[in-house]
Amino acid sequence: MSGKPVLHYANIRGRMEPIRWLLAAAGVEFEERILKTKDDLQKLRTDGFLLFQQVPMVEIDGMKLVQTRAILNYIAGKYNLYGKDLKERALIDMYVEGLADLNELILHHEFKPANEMEKDLANILDKATNRYLPVFEKVLKDHGHDFLVGNKLSKADVHLLENILWLEELKPDVLAKFPLLQSFKARMSNMPNIKKFLQPGSPKKPIVQEKDVPAVLAIFS
Amino acid sequence: MSGKPRLTYVNGRGRMESIRWLLSAAGVEFEEIFLETREQLLKLCQDGSLLFHQLPLVEIDGMKLVQCRAILSYIAGKYNLYGKDLKERALIDMYVEGISDLMQLILVFPFSPPAAKEENLATIAEKATERYFPVFEKVLKQHGQDFLVGNRFSWADVQLMEAILAVEEKVPSVLSGFPQLQAFKTKMSNMPTIKKFLQPGSPRKPPPDEHYVATVKKIFKLN
Repeated sequence: MSGKPVLHYANIRGRMEPIRWLLAAAGVEFEERILKTKDDLQKLRTDGFLLFQQVPMVEIDGMKLVQTRAILNYIAGKYNLYGKDLKERALIDMYVEGLADLNELILHHEFKPANEMEKDLANILDKATNRYLPVFEKVLKDHGHDFLVGNKLSKADVHLLENILWLEELKPDVLAKFPLLQSFKARMSNMPNIKKFLQPGSPKKPIVQEKDVPAVLAIFS
Repeated sequence: MSGKPRLTYVNGRGRMESIRWLLSAAGVEFEEIFLETREQLLKLCQDGSLLFHQLPLVEIDGMKLVQCRAILSYIAGKYNLYGKDLKERALIDMYVEGISDLMQLILVFPFSPPAAKEENLATIAEKATERYFPVFEKVLKQHGQDFLVGNRFSWADVQLMEAILAVEEKVPSVLSGFPQLQAFKTKMSNMPTIKKFLQPGSPRKPPPDEHYVATVKKIFKLN
């Protein structure tokens, strides 16, 4: 019993990756129980550990938390990454929810059939460059601060960085028209906890390899 | 300028209804603007009112809030419907998120093709009775209290009440195996602010009909 949070999920980014990012950014070490087969998921269900029969599930502070947003909100609240008052929280939530819509497209991309991938990627990049990235470029431009909300690191900054880096893996020059996001990315990547998370050997998961896709889909089938 | 929150959406439930429920449960009066044309939506996009070019939009306390969860969380926090500490908030978030997954099925149902409607209805019934309602039946049974979290009225109770009524509209006998939820529904219905919301003439919107579906498709340029 280490007292560390324990994350239950498959060995992919999926819906757990924002949680890994946020814990890492907060400097919190955690353990992972990797689901490899459908039986692994079934066991969690029959043990009664999954409130709605679904993962992600994070054991933290005596709770078995499910639902990505509930988990992220708890971590953000506990580690002071949620703004200083209700209005800052509303801004952070608004930004995070927009990014979550983008993230939803991105996290499914690696599981699309080969013949849909190109069109799917075009849609993701269109939404990213026309709907989402311009918003955050403007936010940073308007206030000139290093962080999105309240001049202080929050879960909005972490989630923005996560999505920027994933987009860049899909299209390296995606930030070409967004100079402030480029400097945001550089600054954030140099913050000690995040720098550590970006190094090899960290809990950060790679993009799933094509050969591994069937096994992963089988877990959730 | 009344100082009341102002809601901008289509004249129907959609993604704004949970917000109407929560404001009403909190006893907060609000104004509504109903969009009828795509031009009106585009105008809002152009004048910078919609951060991600999407509705719902709620103007409240000098902010133009978008994204349902951001709006609901703000209202819950402001009107003390979000528990007393981080752990209660986590429970409320967990319950609300689960219910939202169920509500999502109901939200998209009117837009499913006719051939898929029967199957989608069966999915709603199955998920409600096998995945979601049993959880809340058990929560209420285990602590024996009137409310889901912390023995105190919260956003989770409002969201559950909304979901129960929405599912019952489609599956009238859905609560037959859930005595705790039946009692919960009765108690909630009798709370003054909710009772008022359930009466004719309140901001509560009727179930989606063909006109609503057509309006949404036109304004948001869906298939």
